[in-house]
Amino acid sequence: MTTTARLQALAVSALILAVFLALWQIGVSGSGPAQEMDPEYAKLMGATATQGKSAMPGPLDVGRTIWGHLRDPFYDKGPNDKGIGIQLAHSVARVGTGYLLAVLVAIPVGFLVGMSPLMSRALDPYIQLLKPVSPLAWMPLALYTIKDSGISAVFVIFICSLWPMLINTAFGVASVRREWLNVARTLEVGPLRRAFTIILPAAAPTILTGMRISIGIAWLVIVAAEMLVGGTGIGYFVWNEWNNLSITNVITSILVIGIVGMILDQLLAQAQRLVTFPE
Amino acid sequence: MEDRLISIEGIAKRYPAAAGGQTTIFEDLWLRVGRGEFVCVIGHSGCGKTTVLNILAGLDAPSAGAVIVDGREISGPSLDRAVIFQGHALLPWKTVLGNVAYAVASRWPKASKAEIEARATRAIATVGLAGAEGKRPAELSGGMKQRVGIARALAIEPKILLMDEPFSALDALTRGTLQEEARRICRETGQTVYMITHDVDEAIYLADKIVLMTNGPGARIAEIVVNPLPADRRQGAIHHDPNYYALRNHLIDFLVSRSKTFRDDPPAGYDPRHPPVVRLDGGVAAPPLPSAAPKLRAVAT
Repeated sequence: MTTTARLQALAVSALILAVFLALWQIGVSGSGPAQEMDPEYAKLMGATATQGKSAMPGPLDVGRTIWGHLRDPFYDKGPNDKGIGIQLAHSVARVGTGYLLAVLVAIPVGFLVGMSPLMSRALDPYIQLLKPVSPLAWMPLALYTIKDSGISAVFVIFICSLWPMLINTAFGVASVRREWLNVARTLEVGPLRRAFTIILPAAAPTILTGMRISIGIAWLVIVAAEMLVGGTGIGYFVWNEWNNLSITNVITSILVIGIVGMILDQLLAQAQRLVTFPE
Repeated sequence: MEDRLISIEGIAKRYPAAAGGQTTIFEDLWLRVGRGEFVCVIGHSGCGKTTVLNILAGLDAPSAGAVIVDGREISGPSLDRAVIFQGHALLPWKTVLGNVAYAVASRWPKASKAEIEARATRAIATVGLAGAEGKRPAELSGGMKQRVGIARALAIEPKILLMDEPFSALDALTRGTLQEEARRICRETGQTVYMITHDVDEAIYLADKIVLMTNGPGARIAEIVVNPLPADRRQGAIHHDPNYYALRNHLIDFLVSRSKTFRDDPPAGYDPRHPPVVRLDGGVAAPPLPSAAPKLRAVAT
């Protein structure tokens, strides 16, 4: 894309944002004070009824809240009032742990499934059966067996990250070009060296695609999981602020969840670029 | 007795057919290749040329028979038999140097990194690619990729070089240059080569012996034609050689008609264990004949 085209796209993006914010501000601004209301009654009802003010916060309110969070993201005033940075750190740590455990299991098992037609056929029914199960359906079982809500959330992340990585690794390993394997065979390359020097680099782009899908799903699932297990985390924060009826904080959380998800995805995209080879 | 390096002894390849029974691609194939010989195999698609090469490489196993290389029956791939693949088969995530060094490191696992690189660099220079060591296969033209494939095969100093139509995907000009270099390198190093080709002129230029295979299924080696052209032949001038057209016509005639009829109507006395060796002696070596037609003489080995 040329620089001009990029600038044009940027201008359109900015315009869309401006129009959206303006419509939002207009939509939530008050319709003027209500007429002929008893002052005592008006005091009881609050600004929503008397000033025509919407309960929905405007972009300026949300902006103020975000600024407040940014100024002090790591405060800790007890179990129900922690800074958004602390909440995010908890979520990212859970996703990271569950995801890394899934990498440790999915990639070796994927290799096995991809290299052995027997194992591929033997494990296929289990993968097909367990893959479509919503990861949250595992939650009660995890809570019952693990008896720790934090670890249960990690387990749910593990389960949901597993399948895309496993399936992509198996597919990538199984579809390594015959000619590359023949090169290894004619050079009398041993099985371990072949796995690391031929199969792994050849399958790496496919494996990384699976890892990228997994991190996306894990970040989607952590919010729901933390709403269930409570305590800490961005998912718990959203639910807590809903209970507080603090819509500004809910909107702020949506934004923050989006930004962190985008960063995670971009990290994996960068890794994917590193292992992709042109043919 | 000649110094025999490869001996193909009665190999066959059969596949189960769709309606039960078996399809025989080829059977009772016997061939001997001497040390330092350049052998080209020509035949139509489906006659099993590539399967024979894969069996020689150890990538495929014959349904019957055996292949003896240097006095030992082969049982799988070996670094003694390097393959130059039709589709170059370079590892796209490695550089030119990396691809060649990978083969060198496989051949000499205990060699130091510097030694491996030195050998690889030398092999790359032999095929005229010095300076391109750091490039990746995707940055190279088809001809250059095939050169890297040749360098990779030569770098491990194999006893036998197996080539499966190595130049067929290249344009005519590149093909000519590469054929010339392949011939020069193989002559300089005394390399034994077993090569498959579709191209009659390529076989005439490169080969010491040309093996003719009949059509499949049930393919056989019909005959082995000894190339009568002088060893110091030059690519641009071979068509001036008095034996050139006799040889070329003989090969084309075989491909056009005899390759089809041979199986059902083999010549009298045909013995698959000893395919007839044909010499076309119409040229300088033999006394001139009254007619221009070359004399065909079958010699049993």
